[in-house]
Formats: sequence, C-alpha cells, structure tokens
Amino acid sequence: MTNELVRPEKFFANRFGMSDSVFERIIGSALERRADYVDLYFEYRDAEGISLEESIVKHTSKSISQGVGVRVCAEDRTGYAYSDEVTIDRMRLAAKAARVIADQRGERAAAVRIGEPVAQHALYELESTPLEVPLEERARLLSEIDRTAREFDPRVVNVMASFAAERKIVMIVNSDGQVAADLQPLCRLNVTVIADDGKSRQVGSHGGGGRVEYRHFIESERWREFTLKAARQAIINLDAVDAPAGEMVVVLGPGWPGILLHEAIGHGLEGDFNRKRTSAFAGRIGEQVASPLCTVVDDGTIANRRGSLNVDDEGTPTSRTVLIEKGVLRGYLQDRLNARLMKMAPTGNGRRESFAHPPMPRMTNTFMLPGESTPEEIIKSVRSGLYAVSFGGGQVDITNGKFVFSASEAYLIEDGKATRPVKGATLIGNGPDVLTRVAMVGNDLELDPGVGTCGKDGQSVPVGVGLPTIRIDGITVGGTRA
Amino acid sequence: MARLDPALAEWVLDETRRCGATAAEVLCVSGESLEAGVRLGEIEKLKSSRERRLGIRVFADKSSATASTAEFDREALKAFIADSVRLARLTAPDPFSGLPDPALHPRHLTELELTDDEHGIIGADRALDIARRAEQTALKLDPRIKNSEGAGFDSGRYEILFANSQGFAGGYEGTSYSLGVAPIAESDGAMQQGYWYTTSRRFDGLDEPEAVGRISAERALQRLGARKVKTVRAPVIFEPERAASLIRALARAASGPSLYKGASFLIDRLGSQVAAPNVTIIDDGTIRGGLGSKPFDGEGLPTSRKAIVEAGVLKTYLLDSYSARKLKLSPTGNASRSVGDAPTVSSANLYLEPGRYSPEEIIGSVREGLYVTELIGFGVNSVTGDYSRGASGIWIENGALTHPVQEITIAGNLKAMFMAIEMIGNDLVWRSSTASPTIKIAEMTIAGA
Repeated sequence: MTNELVRPEKFFANRFGMSDSVFERIIGSALERRADYVDLYFEYRDAEGISLEESIVKHTSKSISQGVGVRVCAEDRTGYAYSDEVTIDRMRLAAKAARVIADQRGERAAAVRIGEPVAQHALYELESTPLEVPLEERARLLSEIDRTAREFDPRVVNVMASFAAERKIVMIVNSDGQVAADLQPLCRLNVTVIADDGKSRQVGSHGGGGRVEYRHFIESERWREFTLKAARQAIINLDAVDAPAGEMVVVLGPGWPGILLHEAIGHGLEGDFNRKRTSAFAGRIGEQVASPLCTVVDDGTIANRRGSLNVDDEGTPTSRTVLIEKGVLRGYLQDRLNARLMKMAPTGNGRRESFAHPPMPRMTNTFMLPGESTPEEIIKSVRSGLYAVSFGGGQVDITNGKFVFSASEAYLIEDGKATRPVKGATLIGNGPDVLTRVAMVGNDLELDPGVGTCGKDGQSVPVGVGLPTIRIDGITVGGTRA
Repeated sequence: MARLDPALAEWVLDETRRCGATAAEVLCVSGESLEAGVRLGEIEKLKSSRERRLGIRVFADKSSATASTAEFDREALKAFIADSVRLARLTAPDPFSGLPDPALHPRHLTELELTDDEHGIIGADRALDIARRAEQTALKLDPRIKNSEGAGFDSGRYEILFANSQGFAGGYEGTSYSLGVAPIAESDGAMQQGYWYTTSRRFDGLDEPEAVGRISAERALQRLGARKVKTVRAPVIFEPERAASLIRALARAASGPSLYKGASFLIDRLGSQVAAPNVTIIDDGTIRGGLGSKPFDGEGLPTSRKAIVEAGVLKTYLLDSYSARKLKLSPTGNASRSVGDAPTVSSANLYLEPGRYSPEEIIGSVREGLYVTELIGFGVNSVTGDYSRGASGIWIENGALTHPVQEITIAGNLKAMFMAIEMIGNDLVWRSSTASPTIKIAEMTIAGA
C-alpha cells in the first residue's frame, strides 16, 4: 500500500489539491442562503473482480471511481449535487445547485472554520487488503474451489465462484468544521453450485467476507467451508419435497436467517420513516413489540465486519444502538438530518452508496442477543413445523409492516426432529408482531459470514445480520403444498 | 452535458493496441439529470447529477478483461489501459471469447426517436410544480389520505459512444422523464401506501400529474382493511404491472448466460411448448421512442424484434455473441453492457401480446380467487422455476372483487404457471420497458392463515 493511502485525510489534498481554505470557501458558498447544515463528501474507490465458471477463470474487471457530493440541508429539505470531476470549479457549481432548496431570505451564515479530524474507531487496520494479493493467487483459489465442489459429489455440474475486493477512501467535511476521513476495505467470496441428477436440477450458494485481509479466507480454510456448504445445499435440494403452505411453527437457524430482523424490525426503525410517521413502528417507542426473550441491537462497531464503519458517511462515529430491549421498543436509527428534526442524537447510521447519493438512515450489523436454550432443545420442542437454515433475500413494506424473506434451505420438523428437505419458500409476517411470537431463543448467536447488501431508495450498502436459533410460534410459510 | 469526443475513443483503441491487446471495445457514457421531490406540498429534495465514465473490454487473444474509470486525463488513462491489458493476460483463455462477427455490425443506424425537444432536463421550479400537482390530487382525493411519502419528478439525458477495434463506431442519445407518487391512507389505526407512476422518453408522453396522483391514492385506499385469507389453491389474476414481473422472469430464464451455465428451467426447450397456446411474448429493441429501444446493443450489433414465445412455443433465446457461440446459435442483438462489466444479456422492450378479454371479464370468470396488486420479495428460482412471493391484492368471490387481502404468499412453478395462463387481457399499456396485459393463472397455492 502506498503512503498516500495509509493517511486518508491527506489523500484528497495530495491528489486533487484540496485544502482547508478550499473547503471553507465551498461550504461558505453553499451556506449563502439560509441553510442549517452543509457537507462535502469526497470518495475515491478502486475495485477488482475476478470470476470463474465452467472451470475457467473467465472474467476479470477493474473499476476506478471518484467524485464529490455537496449537500445542503434546510429544515427538512435537502439539496444535493455531485460531480465526478473533483475540481474547485465543479464543486462551486455543485454548491450553487445544492443551495437552491434553502430560502433566499436570512442572514449570511458565519464563516466556517475547519477543525481537527473527529475521533473515530479503528475497526479495520489491515496490513494489506486483498487488492494487494496477486491476482494469480486469487485466480488459483477460485480454481481450487471449483475442484473441491466437483469432488464433493459427481452430481455437481457447474460451479460459479467470484472474488470481489475494493478499497474506498472517503472524507467528509461539514459546516460545523468537522472533518473525518476513512479508508474502507471490503471483500467478498461467493460460491454458487449447480447440481443435476438427471431428474432434477438445483442450486446452492454460500459466501462471506468483510473488511478483512485475504488470509481471512485461507485461515481455517473458510473458502472450503463456503464451497462445501454451497455444494451440500445444491445436493440436498435435489431430494427436496414441496414446501408446506400456511401458518406454522418455524425454527430459524443461527446467522444469516437474522435477515428476519433486518426486514421485520430494522427498516421500520429507521429515523426517516418515523419522523414522517410512515412506518408501522411510528410513535411506538416504549411499547412491547416482541417477546421478553428478544433483545435486538444494531452495532456498527464490530471489528472487521461487512456492516461496520469507523465513521458513517456523514462523519459520525458508528455506535451500538439498542432497538428492542427485552421485548420493548427502545430506539431508532438516525442520520443527522432526521436526528436534528426529531431532536434526538445521531446514532452513526447515516450512510450512502457513493458520492452520487445523499445519506439516509441505514442499518449496519443488526442482530439478536443470545438466550438460554440450546439449538437441540429448540428443535426437539416442535412437534410439527419448519426448520429454515439458509435464506436468499427479503423485503418489507414499511407502511403496513408486512415483510418477506425467502428460505433456500429448509427441512420439515416432525416429532422434534429435522427430517426431509423442502423446496425454497417465502415466509411472510407482520413486523410489529412477529417477534411477540418468539417462544425460545438459543444460546448460539452467530453473525452472518459477510454477504449482505441492503437496498433502499435505489441505494445499496453492505450490511450484516445475526441471530441465535429461535422458535417462532406462527408465521406464514409460502410453499405449494396446501 | 459534456459532449463525448469520438476522437477519444479512437485514441483509447490505439492505446490498447500499443499495450498489446489483440482486440478491444470502448464505451463512453455521459449523463445529466435532475430529481425533484416534494412531500406534503413542500420541497423535500433536489438532486442534480452529472456523470461521465469510460469502460473498455480488452482481449489478449482468447483472454479478456473489463475495466472502467472516471479519470479522463490522458496520462491516467494510459496507466489504466496498460493495467487492463495486464489483467486480461491473467485470465484463462476461453475459446468462445471475442468480439462479434464483424459482418453483423450495422452499416447505418436507425433513428429511434429516443430524445425529445426538452433535451431531458426540466427546470427545478417546473419539476417541483408537476410533483406538487400530482401529490395534491392524491391528498385531496379522500379524507383517509392522511400522509405521504411524497412525489418525485425526475428528468435526465444521456449519451452513449461505442467503438471497437474491428471498425465499428456508433453513438446515440436518449432522454427520460418520470413522475411517481406515494400517498398513505389510514383508517382504524392501520396505514397503507399506494404508488403509481408514469415514465416516458418524451415529456409530452407522460400521463397528466393529476391522473397519476388520483390512481396512486385509489391504490392506497383499496388496500385499507386488508386481512389474511385461509390457505387455499385457487385461480390467481395478476394486474398488468404484476404480470410484467412474470414475463421478465421468463425472459431471464431464456437468456443465454443462464442457459449455458445450466442455471435455467428452459434448458433444451427450444421448439417446445413452454406456455399455453394463447401466449406470445415479444422482445423488440426497435420500437420508436420505446423505453428499452436502442439502435445497437452492448456489442455493436443491431437490435431486433423477435418472438421469444409464439403460441406457447419457445422460439428463441436472448443471446449475446459469447452465449450464442457457446450454444451454437446466432446472437440476437440482446447484449447489454454497463460501463464496468463484461456484456451480459437483457431484453429490450419486452411484452406479452394482448388477448381478447377485458379485465372485468377475467375477474368475472373467477368463482373464488385472488386479484394480485402488489408483490414483494425475491422468491423466484430461475434454475428450477420454483416461485413463492409475498402478495397483497383483492379477494374475488363469485366473479366480483370483495375485500383487500395481505400477508399472504402465492406459490407455484413457472413451468406450470405459464402452461396454466387461462386468459389474457386486452389492456396492454407501456409503462416501463417490460409490459403485460392482465393475466389469469388457473391455479396457484395461496398461503395465509
């Protein structure tokens, strides 16, 4: 890694000639009308992808993007303009475009003085990022994955594996004079396996990553675990029977099934929807919305996690926010705009996809704290139900609270035992009451392996989820067997 | 908008050759847009954007790499190109890779009317006014409309420039305008959101803001009082917007990359019956002013009109030149290319040909079943065809819409669902690049209480 990358706050000065006096002038120009808040977001991102299919490393790709976004907030109005040319002229034009939303009247704001960088976490101080590992080595890993999956079972007919890595340098400067800069590494290994036994064709997927070094995948052979899980899922699904349909007891396995919390709870507690009172959770702080067994947090401060950040995309250090404590609704996830309008404190959840987007309240790593039961006890306690261990994506309707998430590996539970695999099915529930039906919480909390991407209003950001094994007494399973 | 310079493309191609590439493509995209949002009558958001990116695909014999950058400075570009060629050499040779057959490039480009005289940018005041008119109509329609996620009017224009090392060079411009409104209805402490929108390449092709606002409010109101129904197998009617998602799922399974990877339920089905005989699905990249129209595809091949399914028989796959070579077929002009990625395949303007029934006749044919107005989630498996999604809509009894339903799923398998399309509506309207009339599927599993 070159020196300029080690010190992100110097990067934009060195590369684009930015300085405190430039920031002061541009922010001053953006504040010319009556605005409450202005920030500049600088970003430089380089990324590489490599992928294998049909046993050949077929694609490599590389991308460099850079830009600056200027945001002006006045009451609940936001003006945003960006440019992919980081020059003083472009920034001045952007400031002029963004300030249109502020009122003409009013005093000229006091001059802005840029201060020292804000204190922030150090959650991913890597010796090197996977981008510095020779591409040949990453290519060899993909070939090894291909071989491993095919050796696992002769019914494996195709393997698709990819490795994506990026390095993002950001700097945020705001009208309070605060400066924050961060170097954010991120990578992800994905394996998809297709199996065919002549009668049926099935797919299995697994993967993981985070803000980690390359050896994360090599140590304890994580790459092999991902590969075998994907292959096993495809093979198991070859014998899957039709999934049941209707309301039933569902046991969720640990880890990625935590997507339940992300959809059912997390989105509905984002500050913007609650300020506007368009969320099914609006005005319900202090109410019992889950069983007393449930405590749910959003925590952006866990080292090396995909959803973690030293500072959010508004320069606020991330934090751990309790959303539900022993079943009672406690908190919202806030960015600066919504926190200010709701007279609450920002929680470090202001995030954006890139310089081309204004920030919004978003989740980081959202999970449920462990309980007392063992996973074996939980499965054993169910006479008839569904045990779902792996999921694809999910979605929620914020306003009526209805959410879905789709199982990709699930088993019937018959007389306290997980038995036959069933085909994938979507589960649907109601966010404000699904957790009231949680009857048991396991002692086996796991965070997901690092694959989540959350979409909101056209912006994608990396997130994490986590869950211990839990039993839900009644959620609708969308199988075909009525 | 910063105009793209054809000389830059030539220079980039020369530079790839100098670095040892045996073939190359260059794609430049530049665009400008303004998004205006209002909520409860006040300005909420104004966002103005300008972007310019350059992407290349380089070949070192049968090995290739794709790269993109926003740094247009010649020195930075030189390093970027050298890096990309180095990356290509690291990729394993693939006998099927390469540029398309040069004889297939078009000699001249068809004028498809992808722009209008407004040049894609509607000023902030006018844009805000349009959004306000739409939202006001929604808010005033009924006292139960009590809140709003707002209304947004977006306008933009873009320019595409594409050239390759075997002599093809072409470009085109496009404009787009859209208006969307999301009011919230409330009654008995329960809230429901409605959403409606209009999109066009021509400003004067948009629906009136008042009409969009009214429909969005009606859609919110019709959901009030929704409840679960018992789990049952019954006919399911998809309103046009939702039916379009089924057509899209079929096109995805018929796309070359899904097929050669073995990841599609339509493998080896060319020439067979994959849908009921009343089903004809067309993809047409040449519709004048079409939202998915373009004069050439992501590899510089002409776009075309073809039936993917004709009278229920699978007639063609959607192919770029790579998947065409793999499957021993000819490319169909469906390569799609974003600046940073290798070509993949997508449909252009995709639609199900309308049938002869009015939506009322279709609803009237159902004794007990579901009329689907919203779908959520991602429960469509292209490999197996298994389908299971969250739904809400209106329950049908004795041929009439009765009460709204929610928190249910509908499930089946796309193979069986397409064979079970019993009735097709006469109500085809283009609202995005995929369109469908109302359709009725004879039976699906509806899971509820």
